Amino acid sequence: MINLFEVNETNKMISQENLDVRTITLGISLLDCITDDLEQLNKNIYDKITTVAEKLVAMGQEIEKEFGIPIVNKRISVTPIALVGGSACRTPEDFVTIAKTLDRAAKTVGVNFLGGYSALVSKGMTRADENLIRSIPIALAETDFVCSSVNVGSTKCGIDMDAVRLLGDVILETAERTKEHDSLGCAKLVVFCNAPDDNPFMAGAFHGVTEADAIINVGVSGPGVVKHALEEVRGKNFEVLCETIKKTAFKVTRVGQLVAQEASKRLGVPFGIVDLSLAPTPAIGDSVADILCEIGLEYAGAPGTTAALALLNDQVKKGGVMASSYVGGLSGAFIPVSEDQGMIDAVRAGALTIEKLEAMTCVCSVGLDMIAIPGDTKATTISGIIADEMAIGMVNQKTTAVRLIPVIGKKVGETVEFGGLLGYAPIMPVNNYSCDAFVNRRGRIPAPIHSFKN
Amino acid sequence: MKKTIITVVGKDTVGIIAKVCTYLADNNVNILDISQTIVQGFFNMMMVTDATKSPKATDQIADELAHLGEEIGVSILCQHEDIFNMMHRI
Repeated sequence: MINLFEVNETNKMISQENLDVRTITLGISLLDCITDDLEQLNKNIYDKITTVAEKLVAMGQEIEKEFGIPIVNKRISVTPIALVGGSACRTPEDFVTIAKTLDRAAKTVGVNFLGGYSALVSKGMTRADENLIRSIPIALAETDFVCSSVNVGSTKCGIDMDAVRLLGDVILETAERTKEHDSLGCAKLVVFCNAPDDNPFMAGAFHGVTEADAIINVGVSGPGVVKHALEEVRGKNFEVLCETIKKTAFKVTRVGQLVAQEASKRLGVPFGIVDLSLAPTPAIGDSVADILCEIGLEYAGAPGTTAALALLNDQVKKGGVMASSYVGGLSGAFIPVSEDQGMIDAVRAGALTIEKLEAMTCVCSVGLDMIAIPGDTKATTISGIIADEMAIGMVNQKTTAVRLIPVIGKKVGETVEFGGLLGYAPIMPVNNYSCDAFVNRRGRIPAPIHSFKN
Repeated sequence: MKKTIITVVGKDTVGIIAKVCTYLADNNVNILDISQTIVQGFFNMMMVTDATKSPKATDQIADELAHLGEEIGVSILCQHEDIFNMMHRI
């Protein structure tokens, strides 16, 4: 039987080390809502979401109470809207009506984000894809809870540089349209390479077309728990270090697995995956950068950071894989700047640059995340940064993403405050040497040689 | 059988166990096992209970026990045992 020591260990993780389930995300397919009548389409979408997700929030709260584990977010992801709205939407403005419907549905069911205002264009854009992408700035400015993502590349297809170029402009326009709120709109927009169909984390979650009608995906967290466990093994060798991370990741993931199974049972919706990511928050002690420091770095960004992160990421996966029956999503360590106090400190100290972050994204999940840059950054420079990050994902057969926030009216050294889970960030300098001629070429980058595995 | 783990942590004082047990008896919650220690003056108790015959739902019991804890000056948690089984048993 469970003993007092084990019970106390679990409860200490929850009360003192910020162990929580970061999100229960209910994926909902909207493919059966499709019609060529825009008004009817909006009605179908609203009805389906509010029916399927009706009990999501209440059920989440019930599980929190019963097991004594906080579930920070309850969210929804839907089929990429470019596919759903393709036959009904003729203009970007038509797509905006769907964004507003999604926002209304999110508010009705009480979730705090809804992802899937998305387009998948890794090889090329259809007219609907392009209209959706062009509608993103208005859609994000005029809604509160809708999150958008665009997949512009994959290892199988290469990189759609026309979409990358367009997104440079779209990101700047989104920043401009939400400048009263420190360009917050850009925090709800992710550009992906190799985007997973079952990611539960925002802003990049969408319900892929390979998925069932509805599915429960769960994202766990627990940087604080890992950090605390590592405090006990200071100065020990790498074997001990790795074993400690692995065991801790196992325990953290088991909680995610339990919550996912319970949620699935109670909602009558199949269990999809547990995402093993270490997801930080701005709360003190809930930082991935602090784990890197505990491993032995003065600041995240110091020499050795990439190796330490590679080790951390790998051990988290090794520990987590056995803890869950289905693992998916992004699974790794997140390194968002604004959502991690240790990262913010490292940037302030001058230890961490965008270039180092780019190197770090080669070995961990996702990519350049929640990085505030000067508002006067050129669109082509943003596209260039996106292209670099997409190339890393394409060549290394991993998911990479870019969530940059050009903060209109702010310069390097100033700070931007997003609030809540999104945190705050110092504006980071970007390399401003021109890449105009590169970005302004037309077409796409071909798939890499190792994509031909047949 | 659905077991519930009740943990009580806080500064030691007279009557903690009595008050918690009285509440459980009043609400038809059966106690299966108790272990308790004092660590550096801090009271530490874990009970394994069966609340299936209680007229109240687990979340209500959890709320009321938390409230009772505030009155006594200790922290009382009431959780389904599965969270501990999942984490500590393969």
